[in-house]
Amino acid sequence: MERLPIFKMGKYLLVTIQVDMHDQLALTLQDDLTIKIRETGAAGVLIDISALEIVDSFIGRILSTISLTASVLDADTIVVGMQPAVAITLVELGLSLKKVRTALNIDKGIELLNASHDAPC
Amino acid sequence: MLEHQSETKPIACETDIVQVRRRVRELAIALKFSLIEQTKVVTATSEIARNTLIYGNGGEVVLEVLHEPTRCGLKLTFIDHGPGIVDLEQALTDHFTSGKGLGLGLGGSKRLMSEFEISSQPYLETRVMMIRWRNK
Repeated sequence: MERLPIFKMGKYLLVTIQVDMHDQLALTLQDDLTIKIRETGAAGVLIDISALEIVDSFIGRILSTISLTASVLDADTIVVGMQPAVAITLVELGLSLKKVRTALNIDKGIELLNASHDAPC
Repeated sequence: MLEHQSETKPIACETDIVQVRRRVRELAIALKFSLIEQTKVVTATSEIARNTLIYGNGGEVVLEVLHEPTRCGLKLTFIDHGPGIVDLEQALTDHFTSGKGLGLGLGGSKRLMSEFEISSQPYLETRVMMIRWRNK
């Protein structure tokens, strides 16, 4: 089955979404990440969506679910790199992603995670 | 006046949604839509194509490029023969969902487009027509 690679960076996990995902691939990522958080005891997850050209309500829901599930497993999720056009469209669509933390890029995302887990990565 | 273009794409599985999104992006670029306009049209396409697949049990979309003296546009007509939408007004309300979605698909897509119309005759034909115009 097709799946996206998840990389371990110190105590955090990193996923870079670089393809136009079909729905099943996004659902597989959701499951894979949850398992990987448990396996590695990761303290945080960075999801890089800088190459993602749209975020529709389905992908929005996946990002919210990942974030919620990770928090139940005591890991923080930061969605990084959203393109401005995607952000504008998302808001007009009516998706607020209120419960999803975001950062402008991976470096800022790591800073955010480090800030909530004092020791640096 | 430039030539009108029309093509029909099937929506029978998830990868068809990806294909339709890709084709709509190409047409939007050919029409010189800005990146934000492209993103809005492709996002609305994704929402409605998924509705066609999940709620309509699959169908097709007709993609048309429109040229008028002062504006050009991209018209998408999604057609399915599924159970349809009983209460159209309710279906267009944000956060109304009959399924597992967020209930933003129809109302949200309407906001992303210039024109948006739905007609539904359960099990005969449900049709969502939407256009995004760009002034020349």
